[in-house]
Amino acid sequence: MHTLILELPDAAATEAVGRACAPALVPGMVVTLSGDLGAGKTTLVRGVLRGLDISGPVKSPTYTLVEPYAISSLYLYHFDFYRLGESEEWEAAGFREYFRDDAICLIEWPERAGAFLPAADLQIGLEITDDGRRCTVTALSARAEACLTAIAHQGTAAR
Amino acid sequence: MTVKHGRVDLTRGRGAGARPYNRPMLVLGIESSCDETGVALYEGGAGGGRLLAHALHSQVAMHAAYGGVVPELASRDHIRRVLPLTRHVLTASAKALADLDGVAYTQGPGLAGALLVGASVANGLAYALGIPAVGIHHLEGHLLSPLLAEPAPRFPFVALLVSGGHTQLLAVEGVGRYQLLGESLDDAAGEAFDKTAMLLGLPYPGGAELSRLAETGDPLRFRLPRPMLGSGDLDFSFSGLKTAVLTLVRKHARAGEAVPPELRADIARAFQEAVVDVLAAKSLAALTISGRRRLVVAGGVGANKQLRERLRAECARRGVELFFPPLELCTDNGAMIALAGALRMGAGTRDYAFSIRPRWPLGELLTPR
Repeated sequence: MHTLILELPDAAATEAVGRACAPALVPGMVVTLSGDLGAGKTTLVRGVLRGLDISGPVKSPTYTLVEPYAISSLYLYHFDFYRLGESEEWEAAGFREYFRDDAICLIEWPERAGAFLPAADLQIGLEITDDGRRCTVTALSARAEACLTAIAHQGTAAR
Repeated sequence: MTVKHGRVDLTRGRGAGARPYNRPMLVLGIESSCDETGVALYEGGAGGGRLLAHALHSQVAMHAAYGGVVPELASRDHIRRVLPLTRHVLTASAKALADLDGVAYTQGPGLAGALLVGASVANGLAYALGIPAVGIHHLEGHLLSPLLAEPAPRFPFVALLVSGGHTQLLAVEGVGRYQLLGESLDDAAGEAFDKTAMLLGLPYPGGAELSRLAETGDPLRFRLPRPMLGSGDLDFSFSGLKTAVLTLVRKHARAGEAVPPELRADIARAFQEAVVDVLAAKSLAALTISGRRRLVVAGGVGANKQLRERLRAECARRGVELFFPPLELCTDNGAMIALAGALRMGAGTRDYAFSIRPRWPLGELLTPR
């Protein structure tokens, strides 16, 4: 398990983290994004999608709960579980079916799904600071280490 | 559960390209794309159309002015509700299943599991009755729902669709003839209201409460950016306002403490001024660009007082007709799906295909100018 901490001065820097991470994502991976409202979770996901050559609007799934994207032979699902009342709703709504071997799942507000959520490969935390955002990236599986490496080498000052 | 009855004259609203009806057509509409199950019965005829009954299962629909409803997501819940609601609208309008000429259902976009419930019931019914099942784009339902209002706008018009889930400007030329003029590239306007309310410490969804607070706020104390006001297109972006509001809160409130009421009201006001400025400016630009003289504002944010006052003043000055359909028609409901189904069938659509489209760009329905 490795952790990387980055200081991100603006939204463009947050998007760049997602963009850097994108090529290292492989089907079946689960990525969680934690952080307060306005911390940049959806902005980071936009970076991932841009890194995967998906253009067009990237909407926050707060209202729809999930925004699906098709990338040639694989799927990317962008979830937002903020509105889940109880973690049981996660199971009842059929979200488990999205977590397949051919799908990458990016999840905002993972804590709302509680113990139901499949284990994460990569944890991304965003924290609001006086100078911008602090981004903490933790790799929890062997395949997630490549993401960490990709993000570390994107040129943003790591410490 | 709410049940509504009403009359609409569709001859005034029908597009030039639509074929006149040969006889009254009874269409059942089923909406199950997200949190709410809606079922309605609509009768379309040569002399116009009329909503016979519509029923909605949602405990929160009346409170959630911005569409940010508490989810009851289980597809199982839709399954439990859809048949009783169907029986209810049939009984309420003294009709039987055998009277139906078609079943319309929301085909997408939405949650796959939830969509499947409506699609399965609609297609099962239609197959058993030997009548068409028509898949409807959820947003087409919203676009056409103003035709259920009294007075109904005539085609063509520009629609500003602003809710918790959508922020779009569309040119509506007639049934099936829509052109996307602009949309939000990130958060929907209603979502921005709800999220800003949260940043100020109001419980989610607090968009409506935020608007009330804004009325008491000082419009001159703070000025927030007007995102994309000068972008030269009709697109919106509201996500960045969250950071702008956060910055104000961090600067003026003590960390870890509740935002004081006066500050809260002033920030709410500054936020609302920014959103209203952008929505109004782009709506007016959309009218100019499309050369249209009618504006329809649909969606929960259309209830916002300041937006209404601004648009009323600006449209009056320009001689533009302005329509605000009742809020109950703006939330997700079965009536708009039944209406869209009847209009589509009237225009010749016959679709027996059983499918759902969880991600369905409206662009595929749009006609290039």
